Amino acid sequence: MSVFNQSRSYIIRIIFLVTFFVIIAQLFNLQVLSSKYQQLAQENAVFRKTVYPPRGIVYDRKNRAIVNNTLIYDLMVTPSEMRNVDTAYMCQLLEIDTADFKKRIITAIVKNGRYRPSAFEPLLAPEKYARLEENMWRFGSGFFLQERPVRTYPYNAGAHFMGYIGEADSGIIARSGGFYQPGDYVGRSGIEAFYERILMGQRGVQYLIKDNKNRLVGSYEGGEFDSAALAGRGVRTFIDIEVQALAEKLMTNKVGAVVAIEPKTGGIIAMTSGPNFSPEALTGTNFKKTYSKFVLDVSRPLLNRAIKGQYPPGSTFKPLGGLVALDEGLITPGFGYPCGGRYYACGIGKPACTHSGGGHAANLRLAIANSCNSYFTHVYRMAVDNPRIGNHKDGYAKWKDYMNAFGLGIRLGVDLPSEDKGNIPDTSKYNKVYRNVWSSCTNLTLGIGQDMMTATPLQLANAMCIIANKGYYYTPHIVKNVDNETPQDTILHKFRKKHEVLTHIPDSAYNAVIWGMQDVVTNGTARAAAIPGINLCAKTGTAQNFRFIGGKKIELNENSMFVCFAPRENPKIAVAVVVENAGFGSTAAAPIASLLVEKYLNDTLRPESVKKAEAMAAKNLMPSILKREQFIADSTRAYEWYRITHDSSYIRKFWRRTAEENKPRTDSADKKKVDSPQKQKAPERVVYQKLEAINPDQKILYPRKQPIPHVA
Amino acid sequence: MSRNQPLISKGVDTLMIWLYLLLVGIGILAIFAVTYREGDPVAGSFLSFKTDYSKQLFYFVLAAIIGVFILVTDSKFFTATANIWYAFGILLMLLVFPFHSNVKGTESIIRFGGFQFQPAEFCKVSVCLALSKYLSRPDTDFTKGRSQLIAAAIAISPALLSILQSETGLALVYFAFFLVMYREGLPPTILVIGFSVAVLVIATILMEPNTLAIILTVIAGLAAWVMRRQIRRRKSVLVSLVAIWLLCVGIQRFAVPFIFQNVLQKHQVERIFTLFGKENPYTGIPGELVEAGAKKEGVSDYNVKQSKIAIGSGGLLGKGLLNGTQTRYDFVPEQRTDFIFCTIGEGFGFVGTTLLLLIYLFLLFRIVIVAERQRSAFSRVYAYGVASVFFFHIGINVAMTVGLAPVIGIPLPFISYGGTALITFTILLFILIRLDADRQMVLR
Repeated sequence: MSVFNQSRSYIIRIIFLVTFFVIIAQLFNLQVLSSKYQQLAQENAVFRKTVYPPRGIVYDRKNRAIVNNTLIYDLMVTPSEMRNVDTAYMCQLLEIDTADFKKRIITAIVKNGRYRPSAFEPLLAPEKYARLEENMWRFGSGFFLQERPVRTYPYNAGAHFMGYIGEADSGIIARSGGFYQPGDYVGRSGIEAFYERILMGQRGVQYLIKDNKNRLVGSYEGGEFDSAALAGRGVRTFIDIEVQALAEKLMTNKVGAVVAIEPKTGGIIAMTSGPNFSPEALTGTNFKKTYSKFVLDVSRPLLNRAIKGQYPPGSTFKPLGGLVALDEGLITPGFGYPCGGRYYACGIGKPACTHSGGGHAANLRLAIANSCNSYFTHVYRMAVDNPRIGNHKDGYAKWKDYMNAFGLGIRLGVDLPSEDKGNIPDTSKYNKVYRNVWSSCTNLTLGIGQDMMTATPLQLANAMCIIANKGYYYTPHIVKNVDNETPQDTILHKFRKKHEVLTHIPDSAYNAVIWGMQDVVTNGTARAAAIPGINLCAKTGTAQNFRFIGGKKIELNENSMFVCFAPRENPKIAVAVVVENAGFGSTAAAPIASLLVEKYLNDTLRPESVKKAEAMAAKNLMPSILKREQFIADSTRAYEWYRITHDSSYIRKFWRRTAEENKPRTDSADKKKVDSPQKQKAPERVVYQKLEAINPDQKILYPRKQPIPHVA
Repeated sequence: MSRNQPLISKGVDTLMIWLYLLLVGIGILAIFAVTYREGDPVAGSFLSFKTDYSKQLFYFVLAAIIGVFILVTDSKFFTATANIWYAFGILLMLLVFPFHSNVKGTESIIRFGGFQFQPAEFCKVSVCLALSKYLSRPDTDFTKGRSQLIAAAIAISPALLSILQSETGLALVYFAFFLVMYREGLPPTILVIGFSVAVLVIATILMEPNTLAIILTVIAGLAAWVMRRQIRRRKSVLVSLVAIWLLCVGIQRFAVPFIFQNVLQKHQVERIFTLFGKENPYTGIPGELVEAGAKKEGVSDYNVKQSKIAIGSGGLLGKGLLNGTQTRYDFVPEQRTDFIFCTIGEGFGFVGTTLLLLIYLFLLFRIVIVAERQRSAFSRVYAYGVASVFFFHIGINVAMTVGLAPVIGIPLPFISYGGTALITFTILLFILIRLDADRQMVLR
């Protein structure tokens, strides 16, 4: 029997061999040929933990820390380790109910799983932290407190230029190409955003091994691939935090902006925007509460008007107009214009002038001091109708080049994100608007800083620097230097470059203008701004201010403008102040600028100045129109919400205001508004009454972009 | 104890014993690699009987004692008691029905005290012995169909009982005995037919029913055309051709769906379909069942995926013992038992796995060589039985971990964690060694 079928023994061996060969071939395929499994295993088992370094500290020009870090705590929970939790006591401490407690635990499990810690209550308020800290033993090992660095502002000032940090949104993550991950905190505006890469430091990475339930069980390869976190580097700024704080105090309850620049370096000494807010409002626990409130506020507190507010410069533009004409050889400092109270050369008797006769524009210096509209209108027209050029369009183009050289109508490139460039219209713009038929008479108010011309307060301050420096400027910037600067830090290079844009204008021309500007303070429109012992050179401005509401143009109180630099002999500070809706330049803007100059140059305020500052800070100059706008925005949003969700809880608030229940709510809302006793100027009230009812189809879900104040 | 008493070691194949010890050693090491956690006292926990590797060590000692007992037993004992072993094995399997305890979805385990015992595992020894006994009987003529049927019945009966205990994996092992029967003269046509049916079933899973039916028809048509002369001579050829065609289409159309729907369990069907990267079309109509099926599919898919990741991430040389991230941190399910091969794959790479497979292959070849040198048919059949069982276990288990076979829960001989399995394989091997030691004897 043994011999019988013996050949089959070999067949069986071949079956064994073939089977093993197939398996070994598959193993070769899996283990040697295919590399994806290594990576899959890595993703399976290695957890990449990012270690966040403390953010860099921001110092002012006197090396005082103006942004610092503090620790705030998150209450974390690991659901799988929750044992012996005194739930009732915890709920009492956190001021939540047990249903909420359960909901949070479920949320944590859904978000991160049972075995990994999740935030139970992020960013604990200090008193809650203190109470929890003492009682942690009551809550078992499932709960623990985790520290997290949060920004703090020792001087509680500088919110607008410093910006804030917040969680990276999907846009930032997508743009960064994977550098940021969800949950990372990044600078969202201001210098926090601009100097993000310096302030954030270098994130460390720790590779940890996790098991199949995502529990971390130890370090990977003994920490061989880990990299340590490097703390963010500090930045030294030009900001004088005391001047900054004063500026913010003076701008309380005002809409507008203040910019103060050191002309010799372009360093920004102070920058604020009104309405302003405490920088603490956007840190830690406060953020959630305040941010949405600010976004929905029609006065737009988050808007940095110093770089984004576009204002017609008005009379503050006049020194520039004079310089252009002097440089072009069209006038001499002795040039005079016989102004009789109005400018008649274009046949319409506009613009009018505050003075009439008396030789108030007998020469450039006098014309500046008295802010003669006719004089500068004429000078503008001379520049456009320049006989050397012969064509008003080319003349205008040349004039525009001068404006751009002064930094108007271009982005200056300040070290803050999203700066606006203002507006100096192109020739083509006028060609389009006036169908190619226009002359220097058409846009003659450009000569007095109106028409379509707009500028940001930063540009106005920078223009002052150019005059103070007699032709050159440094790009305005906040950061002086970065700690431990290396050649790789090219971010600051462009701020150290001198821009000799208008040094070809002779010093004599500058001197004529500067003396004129000094006269503005000594015996011109800004006598109130005078500071004893300091030769302040300044120019006031009063620009008309319009707002469009519901398709109607509403004339508001004028914007009060003021530009200055001081001291005349050796300029150390140039300031531009805009206060919306405050009337003449000399009433609101001039005192603010004067106080800032005094504070900066003398390092202190005289007693009478302190009193003036208090009075100014107490003044509420918020345009009354804002209330109306807020009402329209809120009620329209509530209506939209009602329309989409049929949830009437928001719109009801506006219904309740109705005097008569049966009337359509929009009409009554209007009526209510009109009837409300408000201290308003008469013309505004007239416009209110003419306003039509809110059109429900008109979608103003969020505060609209502020229309550019336009002067017709 | 007289001097004439032969030594235990006389005639014993030491090579097989060394291979056995080597494999068990690798097994304990692999289980250690899976379950050891940093900081555990190694020596202490090896003796503590609390960790899996110390338990496995204990099982090994137990198995070794049993092995020694077998070696001192007279070979004739096994031939004499073969049928009693079989009866005992079947009885144990029947005892499962009233006394089973439900563990991990199988109903094939008896539990007494702290120990679990799986009769279906042990019954392999019984079948091996009984089959040897039957085939080596002088009055068995294996060329006859009746003998073949009886031999098949001996092998298949425990398999059927095992299927009834929802333990299809182990049931499949009993089909390995057809390899023995093939060696002993089973007509190769049966194996060819079996292979054809397997191809047909796989084709049914992979292809659209109608496409497959058309292909079968075309093949039948071609065959008819090729054999047109024979058909002209004898009509019966055509009849049988049509009959085969009908059978094929019947299997494809009705038998396979029937088995998938009514005989096999849902998760088993899922595993088969997962292997071929297909969605199971035989999910029940009720919504809940569909959902349960989908979940199961995910699970069986997960096992194979994780196992492949673990093995694949080992690379050429592996990460080293205790350095495997996949097997050490419980990514691979059942990694001490059915998926133990992953641990070796991840820790020692392609070199390690190939080496292990070569050791196995060497063992199988050694058994075949040992089988062929036997004088008695009983020993030869028994040896082939052992080789077939080992081959089937190794082949299916490793193929499963590398994604070549559906997930069938059968252990890797000598390496997987588990007392019953280790002891059963030890008994299988040591009876062979005992029989081989008496290879000059003619055993009946």
